[in-house]
Amino acid sequence: MNERVSMSVQDKLKRINNFDEVELGFSKEEAIKEASRCLNCKNPMCTKGCPVGIEIPKFIEAIKNDDINLAYEIIKKSSNLPSICGRVCPQESQCEGKCIRGLKGDAIAIGALERYVADQARINNINSVVKKEKNGKSVAIVGSGPAGLSCAGELVKEGFDVTIYEALHKAGGVLIYGIPEFRLPKEIVDSEVESLKNLGVKIECDIEVGTTITLDELRDKFDYVFIGTGAGLPKFMEIDGIDANGVFSANEILTRINLMGAYKKNSKTPIKRAKTAYVIGGGNVAMDAVRSLKRLGIDAHIMYRRSMDEMPARKREVEHAKEEGIIFDTLQNPKKIVTDSNNNVIGMEVVDMELSDIVDGRRSVIENNNFVHFIECDMVVMALGTSPNSKVFKDDLELDDKGLIIVDDTLTSIDGVYAGGDITTGSATVILAMEAGKRAAKKIIDLNN
Amino acid sequence: MYKVVKNERLNDKIYHMVIMDEGKCKNFIPGQFVIVMSYIDSERVPLTIYDYDKELKQIHLIYQVVGASTLELSHITDNIFSMVGPIGNPSEICMSPDLYKDKKVLYIAGGVGIAPVYPQIKCLKENGFDIDLIYGVKSKDYIIIDEKIKSVCNNIFYTSDDGSIGLEGNVVDYLKKIYNNYNYIVCIGPVIMMKSVSEFTKKLGIKTIVSMNPIMVDGTGMCGACRCKVDGKTKFACIDGPEFDGALVDFDIALKRMNIYKDEEKELLNRALGE
Repeated sequence: MNERVSMSVQDKLKRINNFDEVELGFSKEEAIKEASRCLNCKNPMCTKGCPVGIEIPKFIEAIKNDDINLAYEIIKKSSNLPSICGRVCPQESQCEGKCIRGLKGDAIAIGALERYVADQARINNINSVVKKEKNGKSVAIVGSGPAGLSCAGELVKEGFDVTIYEALHKAGGVLIYGIPEFRLPKEIVDSEVESLKNLGVKIECDIEVGTTITLDELRDKFDYVFIGTGAGLPKFMEIDGIDANGVFSANEILTRINLMGAYKKNSKTPIKRAKTAYVIGGGNVAMDAVRSLKRLGIDAHIMYRRSMDEMPARKREVEHAKEEGIIFDTLQNPKKIVTDSNNNVIGMEVVDMELSDIVDGRRSVIENNNFVHFIECDMVVMALGTSPNSKVFKDDLELDDKGLIIVDDTLTSIDGVYAGGDITTGSATVILAMEAGKRAAKKIIDLNN
Repeated sequence: MYKVVKNERLNDKIYHMVIMDEGKCKNFIPGQFVIVMSYIDSERVPLTIYDYDKELKQIHLIYQVVGASTLELSHITDNIFSMVGPIGNPSEICMSPDLYKDKKVLYIAGGVGIAPVYPQIKCLKENGFDIDLIYGVKSKDYIIIDEKIKSVCNNIFYTSDDGSIGLEGNVVDYLKKIYNNYNYIVCIGPVIMMKSVSEFTKKLGIKTIVSMNPIMVDGTGMCGACRCKVDGKTKFACIDGPEFDGALVDFDIALKRMNIYKDEEKELLNRALGE
């Protein structure tokens, strides 16, 4: 009973040649077996570990009884996007991290169970949402990523007239352009977006708020505005050769592949067909980028300046990456990108790093300049995080020195204008953005009760 | 979907497209651009805005067929799938013309660069400026929107590579003759031309604004494909530009970065031509 039921995964040799989902989800038998391991604690720590406070033991109990309707209803009370969260939440540091079972043995596979319920609900067209009468109030939501979708879901249920504005041609934000198909199939995101539309949420793509429409125009047109535009601007290292042909941001690689379908045979959007690529960074975005490149037949490496132990990516993603043959070059950092006369990348000068003191809870590193070596490669991908892109709001909203929108519990410096997610916190997770979207929605709802 | 009212070939590889936009581009200020997609699976292509008709709610684009995606666009007769815009920063001088009243302004356009130059000059004329223009083309037959340009300019100085119109030579050759009359230049055209003009005016200390058009994907600051080196720093053309101070732009890097997808683009074009 101490060992969890593990989800089956696509064979590692097969999956490096396709973009199909790696994890295959639980069967009914597996789900019930795993659910039966839950101790149904009186004081469930898992729920405390969930940013949106899903009543986890209750929905697991419903799985035990094979009552998907009830399980889905319980989850949907707290979370608007369970099929997404079940897949991409860092459960090991949230709900599962708090699970009592985890103290001696394996924590309950809460993420896999949540995903099971959401997938079953989608396949069987189960819909648990009760929608209130229209209340005559309108809300504009800027950005259709996890913060915006979650905010929209809460508000539309309460009878608000909700319009989401999205700058790209497709809704979903980072769920569409960022997270790859093999981790989060786009069909699932599309289906979550469709179900919001069915509830009456309007989605206007191709509109960049701040330029195409100004914040003032939105404030005139709507009673409230929620800004969930994410932290979009990719960071680049300030080293020689950063402008070389062959240096990309992880965002560019992922956008070309995920949003524009550059991995498909007849894609009209090109992607650089490199031989050897180094993805610089150790977070989830780095893992997504390196695993995507591997699937294009590129010899793909991770270069990370700390050691494996400090890597911020989810353990499972790192394990999957290793299984897929990604090479991890840790305690190394690029010093210089070397190019030929046409500005094409031909390699990097790399310096060895040494672990040093812990600063602000994180191990710092120092360069060991006695060990600088050259490595050959023709692609370098920066996955160093993002900074906020709030330029379009700079004249209207109070921003901090990093450019993040300053909020007092989601309320910005302008009355009636709320913000949440990465645009207020800097790069974080899907679930934290969802939580902020939900929190802003609750505030708007409370004002109208 | 956006209805295409017109997609007319002006000459050689240059097209004029008119799209019904339901008033979407009503906030357009010259200097901004749009990104269009022909079909749901097409590439996102940034294009300069040539004119906007507020009454008819029509946006006018002028583009040159250079690869598979613009070739595909040139075949569109009914609708395009996507158009986002206007995006990017407006031209400073069109944004706040009053601040430039004491400037003696010269515009320089090369080739299809005349298209984004037109709405700027038109806007400035409406604000009481008399604008002179140097317009460089390969040869006489490459001149486009000539009547429109004539209707807003004070003087037009043509140059052509073959001497078929105006001065035989390039725009810098003409600039050398008249630069003394101006202290503010806006130059839009091929990167190599903007480079030569900026190098020339930098020495003279004449402020010169250029409009960069690098490879772009999302156009909202997310991917960094369009990064340019300006004053030694990384800038994104989509959200920091597209206009920059020519004296500060690293044009050599910009020229080389245009070739990032050269092989892939060639392959795509061959495939498109084969179909």
